[in-house]
Order: sequence, then structure tokens, then C-alpha cells
Amino acid sequence: MQNEPITQSNYKQYVFEKMPKSAHWKNMFWAFVVGGTICTIGQGFIELYKLWFSQQDASVLASATLVALAALLTGVGVYDRIGRFAGAGSTIPITGFSNAVVSPALEFRSEGYVYGVGAKMFQVAGPVIVNGVTISVIVALITLIMNAI
Amino acid sequence: MTAITFLKAFLVGGGICLAGQIIINFTHLTNGKILVLFLVIGAILEGFGIYGKLIDFAGAGASVPICGFGSALVRGAVDAAKEEGAYGALKGGLAACATGVSVAIVSGYAVSVFFRPKTKKK
Repeated sequence: MQNEPITQSNYKQYVFEKMPKSAHWKNMFWAFVVGGTICTIGQGFIELYKLWFSQQDASVLASATLVALAALLTGVGVYDRIGRFAGAGSTIPITGFSNAVVSPALEFRSEGYVYGVGAKMFQVAGPVIVNGVTISVIVALITLIMNAI
Repeated sequence: MTAITFLKAFLVGGGICLAGQIIINFTHLTNGKILVLFLVIGAILEGFGIYGKLIDFAGAGASVPICGFGSALVRGAVDAAKEEGAYGALKGGLAACATGVSVAIVSGYAVSVFFRPKTKKK
């Protein structure tokens, strides 16, 4: 690694090797705590919405609330600061999906609302939705065939 | 509503994120790939009827992580397929997730109008 030029592909490997081992434990600890906290806040919204809605609708609305809150926190720059130490703890909850939609929208606004905001919004969300929808249709069709047999 | 409901949400939600962090530490996958990976895991587990049970147990601890998004897509498509056949299979998935996706799009648009990107401190 000494004189080898750092390219995009081996950069992450380089960082990984230079990273102190304790950083792994720290990463994992914060991912657990932050991820767990976001889910606990979500549970709070579920309990709140259950006062007016069914369990299923309350769960959908709670996730939607987290999405909106994360969008706002991304706007003021707080979510990315959390993400720096929380890693997967801020990526994997639905708030990370929201952050992946909002943050490129914000960044590429200078390229206009059509090709900037409109297109870049789906840089990460696009693959998520494409894969999710494809799998959902396949699983549903398999279920239909299994039931017919 | 008891403290144990919140504890279960915290432990299961935190556990899923911890699993994600371990995968990131050892494979260096980018955020987008991690999101898709966990979405697919959730979708497949729902296909086998497992993820729904985890949501019954842990509530938001299982529905808030992106795997919950994948499982909601599959559950929506399967439920609609049972009622309306192939038409339902095409309709149900996105319909079940429409709220979350719409809120993400609208709030993303609003944020890009009302906020400026933070200049990165060097």
C-alpha cells in the first residue's frame, strides 16, 4: 500500500486498514443505539396514532412521520451529522431512505428542478423501489400459482 | 402500551442496525447497496411469512428499518393478489408503500426549495 496510488476502488480498503480496531466496536455500538432509538421513537408515534387509527394504519403513518422528520433534519444539516458516527444506525431505518431522497435533491437543486431535484432524488431511492417492486410482484405471482395448484 | 413494547422496539431495531454495521465493517458496501440488501432480505422473509411475525413481536423495531419497507411491499402485493389475482399482484405492492414514498418525495421537494445545502467544513 506504501507507494501504490490510491484509486477509488482501493480507497475504502486503505481506510479500513488505517482505521483503529476500536473504531469497529464504536461504530457497532452507535449503530445499535441510534438505530434502536429511531425505532423506539417510531413506536411512540405508533402508540399515538393508535388512538385514532387501526394498528396497520398507525404503523404506516408512524413511518411516514419519521420520513418527514428526517427530511427536515436533513434540510438543517443535522441528519448527516448523526450519520457520521451512527453509520448503519442512521442508514437502515426508514429515515435513512428519506435522507437518501432529500440529500441529493438539496445538493443538485442548482441543476434545476427537472434534471437536478427531480432526477437526483431517486439516485438511491430508485434502486430501492425498483428492487422492492420487482420482488413484491414475483412473490405475489408465486403465491397465486401455489394457491392454484 | 407498556415499557416492554418500547424495549422490544429498541432491541430489535437496534439489532437490525447492528447487523448492518457489522456487514458494512467487513464488506465496505455503500449505503445504497446496504439499503437494497436489507430491503430484499425483508421482502424474502415476508414471502416466507416470517417478517410479519417479527413485526407482531417488535412493532416499530421491525417496521421502521428498511426491511419493513420490503416486507410491506410484499405483503401488499400478496394480499391484493389473493383478492384480485394477477391485477392485485401488480397493484398491491406500491399501493401499500404509497404513503411513505409520497411523503419522502414531497418533503424532499419542499426541503430543496426552502433549504440551502450546507457547505462542507474543511
